[in-house]
Amino acid sequence: MMQKNQHDSSATLHRSIGEEGFPLLELGGRYTLAAMGRRLHALPAELARHAAEPGLRWDLRGIEQMDDAGAILLWRAWGSRRPDHLLLRPEQERLFSRMEAAPAPPAAVPRDAWWPMMMLGRGILLLWEHLVALVALIGQMLLDVRYLATHPARLPWREISANLYRTGAQALGITALVGFLIGVVLSFLSSRQLQTFGADIFIINILGISIIRELGPMLAAILVAGRSGSSMTAQLGVMRVTEELDALTVLGISHSQRLILPKVLALGMAMPLVVLWTSAVALLGGMIVAEIQLGLNHRFFLDKLPDVVPIANLWLGLGKGMVCGMVIALISCHFGLRIKSNTESLGAGTTNSVVTAITVVIIIDAIFAVVFSNVGLT
Amino acid sequence: MGKTCIIEVEGLHTRFGSHVVHRDISLCVRPGEVLALVGGSGSGKTVLMRQMLGLETPAAGSIRVFGESLHGHDREALQSLRNRWGVLFQKGALFSALSVYDNIALPMRELRTLSEGMIRDLVMLKLKMVDIGAEHAAKMPAELSGGMIKRIALARAMALDPELLFLDEPTAGLDPQLGEAFVKLIHAMRTELTLTIVMATHDLDTLVALSDRVAVLAEQRIVALGSLQEVAGMEHPFIASFFRGERGQKALGNTLS
Ligand SMILES: Nc1ncnc2c1ncn2[C@@H]1O[C@H](COP(=O)(O)OP(=O)(O)OP(=O)(O)O)[C@@H](O)[C@H]1O
Ligand SMILES: [Mg+2]
Repeated sequence: MMQKNQHDSSATLHRSIGEEGFPLLELGGRYTLAAMGRRLHALPAELARHAAEPGLRWDLRGIEQMDDAGAILLWRAWGSRRPDHLLLRPEQERLFSRMEAAPAPPAAVPRDAWWPMMMLGRGILLLWEHLVALVALIGQMLLDVRYLATHPARLPWREISANLYRTGAQALGITALVGFLIGVVLSFLSSRQLQTFGADIFIINILGISIIRELGPMLAAILVAGRSGSSMTAQLGVMRVTEELDALTVLGISHSQRLILPKVLALGMAMPLVVLWTSAVALLGGMIVAEIQLGLNHRFFLDKLPDVVPIANLWLGLGKGMVCGMVIALISCHFGLRIKSNTESLGAGTTNSVVTAITVVIIIDAIFAVVFSNVGLT
Repeated sequence: MGKTCIIEVEGLHTRFGSHVVHRDISLCVRPGEVLALVGGSGSGKTVLMRQMLGLETPAAGSIRVFGESLHGHDREALQSLRNRWGVLFQKGALFSALSVYDNIALPMRELRTLSEGMIRDLVMLKLKMVDIGAEHAAKMPAELSGGMIKRIALARAMALDPELLFLDEPTAGLDPQLGEAFVKLIHAMRTELTLTIVMATHDLDTLVALSDRVAVLAEQRIVALGSLQEVAGMEHPFIASFFRGERGQKALGNTLS
């Protein structure tokens, strides 16, 4: 029954001349949010028109039901005060007295004319803040290492091994797939070019140097930054949201020792291995295509590889992998710890963390290229 | 109104894996009443409420709210049904990315019939109703105390002046004065509107002050259902310790005698 009446007994207005000759407006029906529904678009104007009429008597006693929304509708039509002549029921009286006591909404803050300057300044300060916090985190890490060197029993082995498994072993599939495909494509494109010069044999040099020195480490680092970096940031972020970080603190367990150091160490160990694996699979892909495309026997390929690619390139690739791994973990943890306890910040923090990690990985690569420019290249 | 039910639960079974939470529960929530669900911790009050809200699907049995099945496929009908109820979650469940103001304004904006000016007035009124000052309106949920979160979550539940209100532990985490203010608030709302309330609570004072009927959940069933006086007198170990224990006697003292 309640349902049926809802629409046909929506808010009504009845204008008439009262007994003493005063204009009278009788309101009836249901002045509730649910009952008014679509009429909410038209009602305010209609009520305002009546409110403009001087000396009008408002009779609200016939209203079946009125909720806050209905009361506010009238209140706004009256210009936030009671009309001079108003007839109410006691419970309606209560509604309107609440309305009178309601606090004024906070004023909107006007936009500063200097906002472009402010934004720029804030951006620079934020960058500085990040740098300081990162340096502090690295310092803390070194202190932890010194402490653990004297208390080896406190080394978080379980966390390290868990992280090693998650960031290393579980990344083997995706890095193999991507590495293999890149090896295939690179080999295919290069062999076509080399064939036109009759320089088929140089495919080994091209694949060997580019994959071992450059592509293997970079592919692995970028994939790991996206995969493990985001999960580390999100993990720390959720621990902030659910107050688990605070729970650790009050138990006297250091975040950096229990959460961050294991991640940094584990990724520092796992990354060279992932790099080795990615490079090997990429070379395999390249080798298969070289055999099909150029008829280069794989035995010959493998025999020749150590001669044309100096071993320094391998060490360079692995070294890059280790540095990138530790930096990715540090950056991810840094962003994870900065997350505030709300979901928006969690999303933004994870994005920033991955973007920063990938950018920094590429910067590290460039630095290695400059510093070791005359190592391993004949 | 007689025998019509706002919520009708029939032959409800709930299982999580092999863990049985409810076994054949039937229940009718009548229009305009306050039904309190009581039971030990882990007896399935929250789960029962979540099923009434359609957040969880029972293993067997049916639930109808306002005469509609929650697992129907009519989107419009489900939406209009959802605009008629308000929910206060046990932990508040405020949107952490939105300010206090926007949390309460969200359901109103979703209606798309209210002007922004009217929403502003309504939000301030709701805040006043739960005794939160205007200076807190711009704060984020992470900057609030536990009790404030509860009250703001209540304000959000009341945003659309619902006909049906679900309250999960409404007074837990509030100090006794706020608890009393909450009871007064609900009383006042009930004089102005027909409000049906389903509430899970451990708080005897709230129970005594508000509930028209009490359903006791224990041993996976509803072991007792009736007015407070009827239920409190029944023979059952949980009822004996809950209502006739020391705390229970204190709270019930004047109602029973
Ligand atoms: N998603 C879930 N998966 C598995 N088990 C669950 C799930 N949700 C609840 N349970 C189990 O169902 C039972 C009832 O839980 P419920 O949250 O309804 O308890 P409650 O009566 O609300 O208790 P409290 O008074 O402590 O809030 C518990 O034993 C709980 O472990
Ligand atoms: Mg519960």
